[in-house]
Amino acid sequence: MDRSKLSRRAWLTTTSGVIAAGLLRTQTDAVRLEAQEAPEGLRDPSKVPGRPTSEVGARAPGEQPSRLVRNQNLSSSSRTPLQDLNGTITPADLHFERHHAGVPDIVAEDHELLIHGMVDRPMMFRMADLKRYPCASQTYFLECSGNGGGAYSRDRMPTDITVQALDGLLSTSEWTGLPLSWVLREVGVRLGASWMLAEGGDAALMSRSVPLDKAMDDALLAYGQNGEAIRPEQGYPLRLFLPGWEGNISVKWLRRLEITDRPTMTRDETSKYTDPLRGGAARQFSFVMDAKSVITFPSYPYALPDRGWWEIKGLAWTGRGRITRVEVSTDGGRSWADAQLQRPVLSKSTVRFRHLWEWSGREALIVSRATDETGYVQPTVHQLWDVRGERTSYHQNHQRAWKVASTGEVTFGLGDLV
Amino acid sequence: MKGLVAAGASLILVACEMSGAGEGEGMESPYPLPLEAPERFSFGQDASEDRIFLWDIDVRPDGEGLPQGSGTVQEGEAVYRTHCLVCHGPTGTEGPYHVLVGTAPWEEWPGSRTIGGYWPYATTLYDFIRRAMPQLTPGILTANETYAVVAYLLHLNGVVPDDAVMDAEALPAVIMPARDRFVADDRRGGAEVR
Repeated sequence: MDRSKLSRRAWLTTTSGVIAAGLLRTQTDAVRLEAQEAPEGLRDPSKVPGRPTSEVGARAPGEQPSRLVRNQNLSSSSRTPLQDLNGTITPADLHFERHHAGVPDIVAEDHELLIHGMVDRPMMFRMADLKRYPCASQTYFLECSGNGGGAYSRDRMPTDITVQALDGLLSTSEWTGLPLSWVLREVGVRLGASWMLAEGGDAALMSRSVPLDKAMDDALLAYGQNGEAIRPEQGYPLRLFLPGWEGNISVKWLRRLEITDRPTMTRDETSKYTDPLRGGAARQFSFVMDAKSVITFPSYPYALPDRGWWEIKGLAWTGRGRITRVEVSTDGGRSWADAQLQRPVLSKSTVRFRHLWEWSGREALIVSRATDETGYVQPTVHQLWDVRGERTSYHQNHQRAWKVASTGEVTFGLGDLV
Repeated sequence: MKGLVAAGASLILVACEMSGAGEGEGMESPYPLPLEAPERFSFGQDASEDRIFLWDIDVRPDGEGLPQGSGTVQEGEAVYRTHCLVCHGPTGTEGPYHVLVGTAPWEEWPGSRTIGGYWPYATTLYDFIRRAMPQLTPGILTANETYAVVAYLLHLNGVVPDDAVMDAEALPAVIMPARDRFVADDRRGGAEVR
């Protein structure tokens, strides 16, 4: 009875031609309130007209994935909920963040890019200038080189960590912008130039030196992300994007490029983002993100409710081109099976892999490993320990593991393999 | 001067080794320029000298980019107490944010990423402080104050004596304890894990 009363009122509301937008929202809210008050079994969306169109959509109330924010420091990060996402594209508002002095408020009309140094014609570009150039779009992953560092220390191997907390400094977007090589062609790079300093317009004036080879290869001056303007947290209105390289060097809020013949040795390429190695050295300018894969399901804190068929799902990527193979093991790496790769497999982007698994109900240790087109196979943590030592940092792309207990509860399982 | 030459040599070495960074990638550009494209679009404007001067703030290991001015260790202590102590602690070791001071010798591993233990170039201090510090009021320090606080931090880290004066000539001549620790990336893809 309630149901027929409700649907009649809603029908009258939405078919009335004189309702202003504000009033319509009020009426709709009222209908929704009544609907919520109705007994559970009586809600039938096929018997109530739905909401009208809206200018900006919103996620379903029951689907509210969110970034993991550790603290409110100015220099901080938030992580993408990999366990809640399908496919490969990261919704822009869930793209991971890493800022060194907060997110600046920049008005696009006021933003300018200066290109100078070893060039024939030092130039300033407004956003309108840059957008008038021909543009290109390409789907690429972006990963912080500190991603996954929480699962490297033999003595502090976690068990109750989510894939988001461990590896959520990874996101994938379709980036749109102007190939940097086209602009460098215009300013006339001088003979002998080999590096470029990229500087952001945030309160850290975040800066990194970039080899000119990369700038001329596949670098973008990006202003679009998944079809819309880049989000403020991702560098609005303009960021450098260096496909396949550690996230920090894709300088956000880009305002200056200085062409040089040597690196500037900024803080973020000396004191930070360098990788100590066994034996007293530290690796510098370690730009490329090597092949890696993570299983996003099943993962902590899921529990498999019963034995039988489950699909193991995850993401794989490499900064050196395309992923050619992902293998999955359900016995801690003793035997491996090829996972299915979702096509198309794009260069320097994430690929979704899937492996159908019939769980017997016994304890299992599930592991994935990726291979890229150079023949590089994602190493075990022992391999990284052997070549870099146990106290290195950054670029910790070793195989991860999840342990499925006989109860179905899933925990991070790498500790069982070391 | 000797230090400068050595620093220059190691930079060139790193730069040469870096030129292979793109190996293993396709040689064809993923963004072919349209065939009809003119030699120049010329959509931007020429940048004026004044504008470049205003924004060109980076400082390199050979001292290029350092401004006029100077500062002493003693002056730097006052700057530190006013602007830095609240985040980095009374002696640069207490935090709550980055620990700045540490002089422990680095044999197998760096004890931490302190200035004395890990930073390869003294000029990076000037460059970074001018850009980003103090965190809540970046850019507030004068050139003299910046030189002074750099001198003080180098002194706290045991790199320069307490009567040191930093300026555009002295700062690039400072040899940092960790300078020769850094090596080029030798990862190249392929079967070998590095």
